[in-house]
Amino acid sequence: MAQVSKEEIIRISGVNPLKCMRCGKCSATCPSYEEMEYHPHQFVYMVEKGEIEPLLKSADSLYHCLSCFACVERCPRNVEPAKLVEAIRLAVIRQQGQNHLKPETIPEVLDEDLPQQAIVSAFRKYSK
Amino acid sequence: MQVNNEFKPKIIAFCCNWCSYAGADLAGTNRLNYPADVKIIRVPCSCRINPMFILRAFQRGADGVILCGCHPGDCHYTSGNYFARRRMTLLFSMLDYLGIEKERTRVEWVSAAEGAKFAATMNEFVETVTKLGENKRLEDLRCKEN
Amino acid sequence: MQKIGVFVCHCGTNIAGTVDVHAVAEALKEEPGVVFSADYPYMCSEAGQNMIKDAIRDYQLTGAVICSCSPRMHEATFRKAATSAGLNPYLVEIANIREQCSWIHKDMPTATEKAIILGKAAIAKVHLNAPLTAGESPVTKRALVIRGGIAGIQTALDIAEAGFPVDIVEKQPTIGGKMTQLDKTFPTLDCAACILTPKMVDCAQNENIKIYSYSEVTDVKGFVGNFRVTIKRKARYVDETKCTGCGICTEKCPMKKVPNEFNLGMNNRTAVYIPFAQAVPKVATIDPEHCNMLKNGKCGVCAKVCTAGAIDYKQKDEFIEQEYGAIVVATGYNPIKLDRYDEFAYSQSKDVITSLEFERLTNAAGPTSGQLLRPSDGKHPHTIVFVQCVGSRDTSGCGKEYCSKICCMYTAKHAMLTREKYPDTDVYVFYIDVRTPGKNFDEFYRRAVEEYGVHYIKGMVGKVAPRADGTLLVQASDLISNEQLKINADLVVLAAAIEPDKTARPLATMLTASMDTNDFFTEAHPKLRPVESPTAGIFLSGTCQGPKDIPETVSQASAAAAKVIGLLVKDKLTCNPCVAHSDEWMCNGCSSCEKVCPYGAITYSDKEFKMPDRTIAIRRVASVNEAVCQGCGACTVACPSGAMDLKGFSNRQIMAEVDAICK
Repeated sequence: MAQVSKEEIIRISGVNPLKCMRCGKCSATCPSYEEMEYHPHQFVYMVEKGEIEPLLKSADSLYHCLSCFACVERCPRNVEPAKLVEAIRLAVIRQQGQNHLKPETIPEVLDEDLPQQAIVSAFRKYSK
Repeated sequence: MQVNNEFKPKIIAFCCNWCSYAGADLAGTNRLNYPADVKIIRVPCSCRINPMFILRAFQRGADGVILCGCHPGDCHYTSGNYFARRRMTLLFSMLDYLGIEKERTRVEWVSAAEGAKFAATMNEFVETVTKLGENKRLEDLRCKEN
Repeated sequence: MQKIGVFVCHCGTNIAGTVDVHAVAEALKEEPGVVFSADYPYMCSEAGQNMIKDAIRDYQLTGAVICSCSPRMHEATFRKAATSAGLNPYLVEIANIREQCSWIHKDMPTATEKAIILGKAAIAKVHLNAPLTAGESPVTKRALVIRGGIAGIQTALDIAEAGFPVDIVEKQPTIGGKMTQLDKTFPTLDCAACILTPKMVDCAQNENIKIYSYSEVTDVKGFVGNFRVTIKRKARYVDETKCTGCGICTEKCPMKKVPNEFNLGMNNRTAVYIPFAQAVPKVATIDPEHCNMLKNGKCGVCAKVCTAGAIDYKQKDEFIEQEYGAIVVATGYNPIKLDRYDEFAYSQSKDVITSLEFERLTNAAGPTSGQLLRPSDGKHPHTIVFVQCVGSRDTSGCGKEYCSKICCMYTAKHAMLTREKYPDTDVYVFYIDVRTPGKNFDEFYRRAVEEYGVHYIKGMVGKVAPRADGTLLVQASDLISNEQLKINADLVVLAAAIEPDKTARPLATMLTASMDTNDFFTEAHPKLRPVESPTAGIFLSGTCQGPKDIPETVSQASAAAAKVIGLLVKDKLTCNPCVAHSDEWMCNGCSSCEKVCPYGAITYSDKEFKMPDRTIAIRRVASVNEAVCQGCGACTVACPSGAMDLKGFSNRQIMAEVDAICK
């Protein structure tokens, strides 16, 4: 599994974890708190410290987040923890790595009835 | 008076009395070196600097002009540095259009406590202008002696 | 013909070590107009100054250039010396060849060459210097204090003590401000009313203090020493001179359901009211929004019961104009509105209250006579949750970016007092940081934790949800044990951020006093002139300048008073003569200068001009008030016709310097 850097997560999410004042309001407001291994405030701390690996592996945390954005709404410093969760999910997906669709295979699978737009978006989705 | 042919730029630094002039004094008190090519003119506030002065400087053969004022929000006269910033943004882009490279003009905020910043800024500015060489674009040859 | 003297200082070896001072003096001798040029080891010494004085007299000098240290160091010294020899002090120029030459260069020829150029620039400038005289303006020996909270009261008392008349203009029917609503004060726990009300009475009794209560400042004209202020005395429908404050009207008034603002709407008052027992002045006021007589002419009970005949339904707003030498702003603060914080359910539940409401609930003069009871059902709360930083340190746009400074301490006070009075209650305080810098402050907070057993939890409350059984479900973070807590609370107290009073912004515009983005007044210098506004003659007292607790407010109030007294003892003010000046013949009346002036020093008026063809023309021209102008020069650059110039730093002078340097 390729390393994902802190900078990459910050770039994808557009979040600056240094803005965090460590009040924990994000986790205080989180409806999925009990189900998550790492809580919203921990996402912020861990990204700041560069501890991305455990977050990538914690499916419990990543997929129990409802993306309700309560933490984003209520954070007094505009840190937006939910965007970090989303960025890590994206990093996980990108790490899967396999190229599901290659250009040369397209003619074989091409269905004449399929709209062009769907082909393009499938190509975008299933190839690196 | 120049012994060799090394290019020595003429640089004028306008400094506001309250922050930057004091910052320049502090650079002196701390014995921080910067080239003698920089000559400072004291003005009460950066907003006193009329674009005319800068045009005059280039006309008379200056190679670079730098304005120093208080940091935004710290102006002794509350808002003078904002006026300076706005005016110089316009003037400098016009000068650039006329062929006075943007690097020859500059606005820098230097507080009374930033002697080191003043010296560093001047060192860097002189280096930049020296690289650009002599300003011939606006110089009025009629103003030249002999 | 100019006769200029040049004086080059060695400053021991400070200058002479890297600058060939003799060569500088010799070189400058050749400059046009220079009739005398010499160097001397210490120009600032007695002997050095005598040398300057002698040269001025012997050579009839019309200008002097002193090549020495920074003008910030000795400009005043040399100007004084010149004055004593009969030369106008503004005909002296300094060439800074120490801080900006000898100290930064190591190489003698380079430094000497630069010193000569700096000297030449100063000579070029001095050729164009004009003698300037500092103007004078009289001082009206009366001060105005705007708002009469603890800050205004303290400032007024101190100024009055020094023998100067002071007027307090207070918007409310009584002076006293926020402090009257507080119960106890930290960290000593003395009763706020007990220490404040004697001061209010002192104000009322002091011969030098006049209180304009229920009044507002509506216009300010003039400048330092000479302000002309219009004060609107709102109609209170009660003759202040006749009312004895007996309160019988307030008992008999049939309109009893008006929310009482003094108790933050937690109980009701009558339409005619005295805010509280110790009000100063103790005079009734009729609230025109709720009085039946004023609304539809049906009632008149108060007029019937008033034995003093003080009720006057026909009273009108009155405007008075008064002159002042100095103005002190003491507009104070208010807690912010919490309606943007849905998560705390402030507007959904009566049992979620602000800290100021909590003060009223614990105050003996409050709606519950000092019993701590839940506003919803009047029952004694057993679990109380305090939430700090509600709207403070908030960059999300709902609150304020700054720290409100007082919340940590008053929350510790509330928590401690609750535990003392009701040991059976569980008290939780949720904090992000506990900030207790101040004398005996940290000890106080630690006492709350150690002696009174208040549960301090690091973390923020995320949600408060009213439950069917009347309790409040508080969901919060405990960051240290990494848990999400759920507490069933009976009462939730929110430490709302404080913000400057809403009247401050329009007032600042009237005073041309500057404010920061949070609407706090800006001080002239954050460290060295903390109680003055950059606008001359305007002083700052209390929380209008930034969040403060009571001791700090009082110190600042007294400091502002000291500054006012320092101004009022003067008979005349000397003005800085390096001010802007408009050439009326060149002025085209465009108002550009007026718009950029941060001090409001420029005014336009129509003036008669005798034109060359002997007709009289009336033209709109700018004129600068020299007492108000601070000499920044913003107007000189804004002026499109070149009519505006700055004395001492004129266009020609600065360009002469530019020319000399570029030669």
